[in-house]
Amino acid sequence: MLEIESLSVAYIEKEVLNSVTMSIASGEILAVVGPNGVGKSTLIRAISGVIPPKQGSIRANGVNTSHLSPLQRARLMAIVPQARELPPAYTVHQTVLMGRTPYLNWLGQAGKSDHAAVWRSLEHTDLSHLAERRIGELSGGEQQRVLLARALAQETSILLLDEPTTHLDLQHQSNLLNLVRKLSQEKTLSVLMVLHDLNLAGLYADRVALMSDGRIFSLGVPAEVITAQNLSAVYHVPVNVIPHPDYGTPLVLPDGRIIPAHPSESVQSS
Amino acid sequence: MIKRRPYLFNLLALGFAALLSVAVGSVFIPPATLASLLLARLPGVSVATTAPETYQVILFQIRLPHMALMALTGAALASSGAAYQGLFRNPLADPYLIGVASGAGLGAVLALSIHWPGSLLGLYTIPASAFLGAVLTVAIVYSLARVGRAVPTTTLILAGVAFSAFATSLTSFLMFRSDTELRRAMGWLFGGGSLGGWGPVWAILPYIALGVGGLILAGHALNVLQFGEEQAQQLGLPAERIKILVILAASLTTAAAVAFTGIIGFIGLVVPHVARITWGTDYRHLIPLSLLGGATALLLADVFARVVLAPETLPVGIVTALVGAPFFLWILRQAKTQAYW
Repeated sequence: MLEIESLSVAYIEKEVLNSVTMSIASGEILAVVGPNGVGKSTLIRAISGVIPPKQGSIRANGVNTSHLSPLQRARLMAIVPQARELPPAYTVHQTVLMGRTPYLNWLGQAGKSDHAAVWRSLEHTDLSHLAERRIGELSGGEQQRVLLARALAQETSILLLDEPTTHLDLQHQSNLLNLVRKLSQEKTLSVLMVLHDLNLAGLYADRVALMSDGRIFSLGVPAEVITAQNLSAVYHVPVNVIPHPDYGTPLVLPDGRIIPAHPSESVQSS
Repeated sequence: MIKRRPYLFNLLALGFAALLSVAVGSVFIPPATLASLLLARLPGVSVATTAPETYQVILFQIRLPHMALMALTGAALASSGAAYQGLFRNPLADPYLIGVASGAGLGAVLALSIHWPGSLLGLYTIPASAFLGAVLTVAIVYSLARVGRAVPTTTLILAGVAFSAFATSLTSFLMFRSDTELRRAMGWLFGGGSLGGWGPVWAILPYIALGVGGLILAGHALNVLQFGEEQAQQLGLPAERIKILVILAASLTTAAAVAFTGIIGFIGLVVPHVARITWGTDYRHLIPLSLLGGATALLLADVFARVVLAPETLPVGIVTALVGAPFFLWILRQAKTQAYW
């Protein structure tokens, strides 16, 4: 359970988040979408305590996080960052073990329960067979899965993901999000994920928060939020939204201002 | 065995280097005599030794303390080098590059020039003053390199190199002025235990124990920090505090190394890289392995320095660079294909 109430964040003078309120129940996935630079990643950084909020409160499982140490916080919530510039020399196993940091003793030694947790999350993410491979040898999709496994090894009930699918191809995108979906249900996790892809947000999230200029523009089930009217207001580009033929979730198609590659064909087919 | 038993290999190598270091010199002490002399000192053991009295003096008052000082210095340089590389996430970082060693040197020479250590108290002020110089240097370089919240490595190294040059020339100036001790100080500058006896060993031991102990404890934290400060904090580390603690511990260690043996380059850079290439990047092992390897490397370099132009002794700092650089380039060439860093 993650509750965020009127959270505001400012970098120096500029307000980046403005009174953001949202809550995520156990077993629920909330997708945060919006144009570049509206504060989506800032939201994750503020919730995870990397940048201090100017105002508002964050409660994780009912605990106000403002006075928690990094260690206490890391026992409540785990973050899956974007897989960029990872140190290539560590093995998958070593990397996932770092998810146990908040539980290690002062000598930094891992115990039996730590290793058990590491192997469990390696299995969940289907990485057991890659355990001794170095991060630098893995594909982008595998690296992203390693970061997910590391977050799972923290054994928290709150999971925050920062654009986990941005650099993945179609197959890895759906594999990863299916996995997140499955885990959120099995372990009744509260999941907040920042997504760029509106169609994926519509498919995988229980609710969607559409952000604009540091504020929440619209928050609700995908069909309510991902509408042509909302999107053109936030992204400043006309779009067409149709229901997904299999799932009925909103699918976003670009519209207007398009310079088509094959104008004659498109006229014929329509 | 080298790859699979890193600690055993390093301990054996260190033992060999230590024996070599006490046996070799202007007078060679044969292994059997060496063993009997050492055994005779153990409580409860009585060994009839036929060794001449001078061997006793050479071994216990000259060779052993010199060996201990060199081993401690090598261990300190290499373990702090490994820690700096991890902390700044930069393969070029070593105690010299970011100016810490030069700052410590300036501190040490300042203490020397005010009062050359005739007394025991004077002796203990040298590492303290070196530590002060090291910490001040880190503080200055770090704040100069700071851009907003971040400390970009490029500016850190630029600031370090610039400040290092400044501190080194100040050191040279001080040496130039204190003409009575000039020759001794010059010997110090090129690396070499100019002060004999057990005094320097006891004077730096507490610093090294504290600093190296801290660095060894920081192994896991350094691993996590390789993913960046933000992720480290999200994984539960108080990143900013850990960074300061590691800098303090590494500076303490560097200062101790520099205090009595002067400028000895390359050990802090080469040894951690060789350990990294051979045994991997896990800082929980990299720091202790660098420590053992650093002690071995400096002992061997020191033996070489004493033997190669005997009876003259070459400053060991010249040897470490002369042998260290080609050796490092060779190792680097071997490891070219692997992503070891």
